[in-house]
Amino acid sequence: MEEPVLFERSVSGRRGVSPAEHDVPVTDVSALIPERFLRSQGEEAETTYDPMLPEVSELEVVRHYTRLSQWNFGVDTGFYPLGSCTMKYNPKINEDIARLDGFTTIHPYLDESLTQGALKLMYELEGYLAEITGMEAITLQPSAGAHGELCGLLMISKCLKARGEHRTKVLIPDTAHGTNPASSHLAGFKVVQIESGADGCITLDSIKEAMDTDVAALMLTNPNTLGLFEHDIVEIAEIVHERGGFVFCDGANMNALMGLVRLGELGVDVVQLNLHKTFSTPHGGGGPGSGPVGVGAELAPYLPTPRIKKESGIKREGESYSFEYDRPDSIGRLKAFYGNFAIMVRAYGYIRRCGPVGLRRVSETAILNANYIKQRLKSTFDLPYDDKPCMHEAVFSDTGLKETGVNTMDVAKRLIDYGIHPPTVYFPMVVGGAIMVEPTETESKAELDDFIAAMEAIAEEAKEKPELLRNAPFTTKVSRVDETRAARVPKLKWMPKDHMTAFD
Amino acid sequence: MPYIPHTEAEVSEMLKSAGADSMEELLTCLPADYRVEGSLRLPAGMSEMALKEEMASMASMNCGSGERSVFLGAGAYAHYIPSAVDHIVSRSEFFTAYTPYQPELSQGTLQAVFEYQSFVCRLTGMDVSNASLYDGASATAEAVLMAGRITRRPGVLLSRALHPEYREVVSTYLGSLPESTGESIKEIPYCPNLGSTFVEAVKTALTGDIACVVLQHPNFFGTLEELEEVAEVAHANGSLLVVVVNEPVSFGLLKSPGEAGADIVVGENQSFGNALNYGGPHLGFMSAREKFLRQMPGRLVGETVDTEGRRAFCLTFATREQHIRRERATSNICTNHGLTALAASVHLALLGEAGLRELAHLNLSKATYLKERLKSIEGVNLIFSSPTFNEFVLCLGTDPEPVLKVLLEKGIVGGLALGRFYPELREHLLVTATEINSRTEIDNFADALGTVMASVLGVTGT
Amino acid sequence: MEFPEDLKYSKEHEWVRLEGDTAVVGITDYAQDSLGDVVYVELPAEGDSVSRGETFGVVESVKAVSDLYSPVSGSVTEVNDTVVDGPEAINEDPYTEAWMLKIELDNIDELEDLLSADEYQQFIEEEK
Repeated sequence: MEEPVLFERSVSGRRGVSPAEHDVPVTDVSALIPERFLRSQGEEAETTYDPMLPEVSELEVVRHYTRLSQWNFGVDTGFYPLGSCTMKYNPKINEDIARLDGFTTIHPYLDESLTQGALKLMYELEGYLAEITGMEAITLQPSAGAHGELCGLLMISKCLKARGEHRTKVLIPDTAHGTNPASSHLAGFKVVQIESGADGCITLDSIKEAMDTDVAALMLTNPNTLGLFEHDIVEIAEIVHERGGFVFCDGANMNALMGLVRLGELGVDVVQLNLHKTFSTPHGGGGPGSGPVGVGAELAPYLPTPRIKKESGIKREGESYSFEYDRPDSIGRLKAFYGNFAIMVRAYGYIRRCGPVGLRRVSETAILNANYIKQRLKSTFDLPYDDKPCMHEAVFSDTGLKETGVNTMDVAKRLIDYGIHPPTVYFPMVVGGAIMVEPTETESKAELDDFIAAMEAIAEEAKEKPELLRNAPFTTKVSRVDETRAARVPKLKWMPKDHMTAFD
Repeated sequence: MPYIPHTEAEVSEMLKSAGADSMEELLTCLPADYRVEGSLRLPAGMSEMALKEEMASMASMNCGSGERSVFLGAGAYAHYIPSAVDHIVSRSEFFTAYTPYQPELSQGTLQAVFEYQSFVCRLTGMDVSNASLYDGASATAEAVLMAGRITRRPGVLLSRALHPEYREVVSTYLGSLPESTGESIKEIPYCPNLGSTFVEAVKTALTGDIACVVLQHPNFFGTLEELEEVAEVAHANGSLLVVVVNEPVSFGLLKSPGEAGADIVVGENQSFGNALNYGGPHLGFMSAREKFLRQMPGRLVGETVDTEGRRAFCLTFATREQHIRRERATSNICTNHGLTALAASVHLALLGEAGLRELAHLNLSKATYLKERLKSIEGVNLIFSSPTFNEFVLCLGTDPEPVLKVLLEKGIVGGLALGRFYPELREHLLVTATEINSRTEIDNFADALGTVMASVLGVTGT
Repeated sequence: MEFPEDLKYSKEHEWVRLEGDTAVVGITDYAQDSLGDVVYVELPAEGDSVSRGETFGVVESVKAVSDLYSPVSGSVTEVNDTVVDGPEAINEDPYTEAWMLKIELDNIDELEDLLSADEYQQFIEEEK
């Protein structure tokens, strides 16, 4: 079935919802606003019907999006082992609490006396995240992980300036997420890539060699994107600190560490978290997420404004919360207002629901599930790094499939026919044809067994019917999509047929 | 344990398959000396029911617009959200998915983004729109960086009538860049009579090293800007015009920035389908001229075909992005604001062209009625003469804070005191009205302000 | 895969054909095959100068970006608009239709440092 683009359903004069009635005098627009400011209307419409927005009924809109939703796949649909993205279950209660009127309808410029609940929630969430990471202070302002990375790097830059040091480089392992080098560049640093050692982890020697007085920071991910804990982190941090640098941890994989180790105690100076990964807030088809940043004492003065402070002893049963703007050393603001509050509500609810025992169990189970898959599948798919147990994810490769002519992309597409969302593929780049599987703790043994069985069946199919894999998937609304054409003949918005230009 | 399905028996069995006798054996790669002793110092876990009660009580410590008459805008607008919006964004096929990396499984998200891009292009009058950015402020910073890449010039002119927090964000983003330091940002004053950016000052400041001029429209004071005039002088100087729109309902009436000559249009689409949520998540947008496509940050969805020749959608132009181009990417953005963009799309689809026009007209009428009522109060003056849309500035001739306090006691949040952002406007209020504010509310506000002002004048007037 | 005998090759996978004092430059069959479907090419303008070993442009497939390194130094006398407008030519015919630049050489001796077809094939075998 084809679902037209909404404009193709549009009929002149049809209405979805109408705004409220005018209960005040209807103004004469042209009397209030000179013509040069006004949108021209109607002239073109005489020849071709081409509305600014589609004109459709409410039912048409509802059906349109309901149909589209059926061609999507979410965590609620099935197993979604997208490595590095932590596609865990998004608890329903979190959706309910985030939709409480007292949270959704509050304007960011309301007097603080009217938003004490929101301020308290943010203040406490900062405290919880500080406790989980072992950091001194947390900002909730960044909108996503990459935004948090930028925030952390800007703080490092500002702190170095205050120290009177001019350091220009950031060391980044070859297994890093692309956001790390991109954020470093945005913060004005040069990127120096560090090669991982034979066991997939950063070696002390490589840091000793690279760590000179030009290096502002080492930016590592722990556990790294191979799902391995950087076992030398403490010694690595010591070297970086001795030579005047900072250790930045990309906390994308924090789901493996809660209640087990605290990054601050391992020597990490800055960590950015992803509430939409570790703390169960939904990924939204590509956000919104939230990317809080934790820092040690030296960087705390540089946190973005405003900070939230708590005062005791005046009113409100002895405590009150307010924003603090006067922070002369702060890097400033990264967004308007205070952060993605509605996401914070969900993460707060999750932490309160789990408690310390639950959070530890979350991380342990995430590790157990990944190791279970790793051990069960490693005789079927090549596992390049297997010295130690993995943490929250395991990375396989397609090396073993070479003879069949089938590659990682074919395996990924065929998994779709088994009702499973493909893992992250072709990342990290240090593994050829990487298949990065992160099951998360919320998946049952039965679900993992189904995945393992599907992967084994696909490995068999690769030998016997490679064509089947190369043409998969067969069960989706569309078959493989021509991405080359999308790039060669860009069509980035809907255009009425007779208005088509070469570009559209 | 919440959200963990395994039974004890399953855990034992899985450990065995994983080649471990105990959970601890899987954790041997963690440094033994640094393991957390005991448990984290966090409140104990709680049942769903207890959580719901606790959160309800926390929410009730806030006072939302349901309980008070709120006349605040300033970059975050309360508009009525049709019921269908939340029903659609609550479909978990949308909100529990992630970035549509696998197009065959993500046609829903992809087509919805394609439609969103189409809506943004039409509203802003531009050729290409990305899938979304975080918020209006960071989108403005991204636009400034983009203009720098396009023109290879370091300087930026920011109107002082651009949202003060947006200006702060631009300065944070540019702050540590060696080649374009914070010093290269120059602020352009607003005209104290008109309330719009002083065009003559733009002309003077336009030197050969200026990448772009950034204007907000309607600006932070709610006033309309002379976009065409500024576009002309900017272009004559080889600079770009970046237009920031953070009250996009205005698109229903106002000429699109594209038609007025803008090169990049960014801003905030929160007004469509998204609640205030204490400031986030909102919805940053960006659209631009076609020739700047390769310098745009963020995801882009394009139309193509599948192997059977059927219409299909996929992410495209990914080589601009961090996961491929790494430190040479156009931005570091990865996760954006997909779900709030979906909400905006649904709201826009429900409104349609005529509906958006009516909504914009209704906002203009409400704000005009409010303006008429308030300006007739003795001691209250409008200081800017340029046309406004749904918000405007009042001068009270006195510190607004005590006035706002008295109004608050009557259940009215009477606007934003501007002194915190503009020292020269310490006696001024920014007041907003949308379709949310009923005539009765507006009348009550005007009556209450009249009473307060009378007593203020009584004290200070003689 | 083809590697015409009459061309010179660089280790960055560009080829050079000498036409009088002018070097014609493009990317090799091996390079286009590794990239996959090419969707975009960015080239310098006529009159720009290029230096040996320095980047002169970019070639992109759907999911990869590659810098183009000039195998010779000189000034650009002609740019092939056909590859800019239809980058698929690089996949279809890398050596003839999809030449990228004509460069007036600063120093013809630079060509001597480039690889022959045999040497280049040996080099890519080792790289694999």
